[in-house]
Amino acid sequence: MGSALVVALLKYGLLALLWVFVLLAVRTIRADLLGKPSAVPQAAAAVPKAARQPKPQRKKGVPRVLVVTEGALQGTTVTLSTVPVTLGRAHDSTLVLTDDYASNKHARLVPTADGWSLEDLGSTNGTYLGATKVSRPTPVSVGSAIRIGKTVLELRS
Amino acid sequence: MTSFTLPKPPGRTGRSAELVLLVFAVALAALGYTAVQVAVTGSPSGGILSYALGLGVLYGLAHLAVRRWAPYADPLLLPCVGLLNGLGLVMIRRLDLAAAESARQQGKVIPRADAPLQLVWTVIGVVAFVALLAVVRDHTRLTRYAYTCAAAGLVLLMLPAVPGVGATINGARLWIRVGPLTVQPSEVAKILLMVFFAAFLVAKRDVLSLASRRILGLDLPRARDLGPVLVAWGFSILVLVRENDLGSSLLFFGIFVAMLYIATERTSWLLIGLSMFLASSFLVYGLFAHVQRRVDTWLDPFAYSSGNGYQIVQGFFGMGTGGIFGTGLGEGSPGTVPYAKTDFIVAAIGEELGLVGVMAVLVVFLVVVARGLRAAIGCRDSFGKLLAGGLAFSMGLQVFVIVGGVTGLIPLTGVTLPFLSYGGSSVVTNYVLIALLLRISDAGRRPAPAPVSPAAARAQLADAPTTVVRR
Repeated sequence: MGSALVVALLKYGLLALLWVFVLLAVRTIRADLLGKPSAVPQAAAAVPKAARQPKPQRKKGVPRVLVVTEGALQGTTVTLSTVPVTLGRAHDSTLVLTDDYASNKHARLVPTADGWSLEDLGSTNGTYLGATKVSRPTPVSVGSAIRIGKTVLELRS
Repeated sequence: MTSFTLPKPPGRTGRSAELVLLVFAVALAALGYTAVQVAVTGSPSGGILSYALGLGVLYGLAHLAVRRWAPYADPLLLPCVGLLNGLGLVMIRRLDLAAAESARQQGKVIPRADAPLQLVWTVIGVVAFVALLAVVRDHTRLTRYAYTCAAAGLVLLMLPAVPGVGATINGARLWIRVGPLTVQPSEVAKILLMVFFAAFLVAKRDVLSLASRRILGLDLPRARDLGPVLVAWGFSILVLVRENDLGSSLLFFGIFVAMLYIATERTSWLLIGLSMFLASSFLVYGLFAHVQRRVDTWLDPFAYSSGNGYQIVQGFFGMGTGGIFGTGLGEGSPGTVPYAKTDFIVAAIGEELGLVGVMAVLVVFLVVVARGLRAAIGCRDSFGKLLAGGLAFSMGLQVFVIVGGVTGLIPLTGVTLPFLSYGGSSVVTNYVLIALLLRISDAGRRPAPAPVSPAAARAQLADAPTTVVRR
């Protein structure tokens, strides 16, 4: 009797545990599909999200959008939030430039305590603010022209 | 969180999930082993602990290798494979016991036990797995050896046909003799040729997918671009005719067409492949008597139940005896099916673990294939995508071909069930296959490198020597 019970327990226990393994595996897949994405896509996703929310600071002169004023993407706007904006031809850039003279990772705009600062990311053809080439992080004021290849952008409030 | 002496890579790696599942898999295999021991000998006698410990150490090493060399790799592949291999070892051990028992009853010599040998092959497989992860740090480097792989693969594929080297076992000439062992080189050739296919198709895919004429709503490729597919087709037919191996031939052609489809995203390739497959099927059916026999047996196995259909009918009876929950490990008589350890291991599992057990095994295979395809999606370069897609598909197709054959869905062709069937070449190459998938998934899941500050990037660029950029 005892051994029959043991055999039955082993039989059904093994089958049950096999399926527990399968369920654990499926749970891991689920965590992989629905879990926290890595930091980079999150930052990119935050941009449209921030656009929907009313901005807390509405002071005059504080830039809120980045506008493309010249080039293939003329008229494109990017709403600024609190995350850096990357500019370049790479597909993971915040603003993907279609400009043969732009590098993959060309430049980025970083929010600072008092506005936005422009950094060149080691691009081939350089980034210009007005007429000066950007060689170190430079504060950008509203309305000044940022030139990348044939594209010109500016910050607007 | 588990902490080893290894430095912890940043971000989510999934390694702890892998460890938990691996421990679970080893425990399950040990439980199965216990069930066999209890049912056959009446008591959980020795050997269980050493089996569990040995398997644990083996997979522990594999896990450490993954932690060390592919920290972001998919956490599910290794545990799933570990479970399948552990279960396979249990089933082979169980069939050894059955064979020994029936030999004792008939007063014959007890045949050699296969489980210890399979364990040795598993160790070799895990060593190959670790070695591949350690040596191939970047899968894109494999593209450099594409044509070497192709040549080696073709040679291996043709080797069994060479007189003196090749050996005919069970009517199929797909083994070679290496000392006392027989090795099935087509298994290794499969992976080598997939590496070549992936590299070749990445180089040519623009031509294959763009140059076309539109006929009847279908984008047909140019005639001269049909070359590679024709070569693959001709080759698989050649293997079939020369080596009498339906299964491998089907696998090779299926893998090639699938990779062509993944590379070009063009349905026309699938249709072309399928129609070529159908045409050659009819041709081969008409030409070869053994193919005719296979098909006839498939259509009505019970009419041939004492001859050609004996094996498949015994398999049916076994699975029927098992029913939903199976007889329990060690309680059935799976030894009556010929080749239960290799091609018909599904029938043995169906008899002793029942439909519930077979379904669990198939779902585990499904998870492996799904994770392989996931690695393909996550991979950033097209060579890795194509290779991972091909490897995952090949495993899925192989499971389909053999399980479909044993259950009577398609004509029976002898291929091994990866990780479960007895067979050294199969186990070792499948470990290599999984190692490649892990390598590719590691590349895909690795978080993007932290942005380098522009000043640092400039400094780096200024210091860097001039280098020749290679493709």
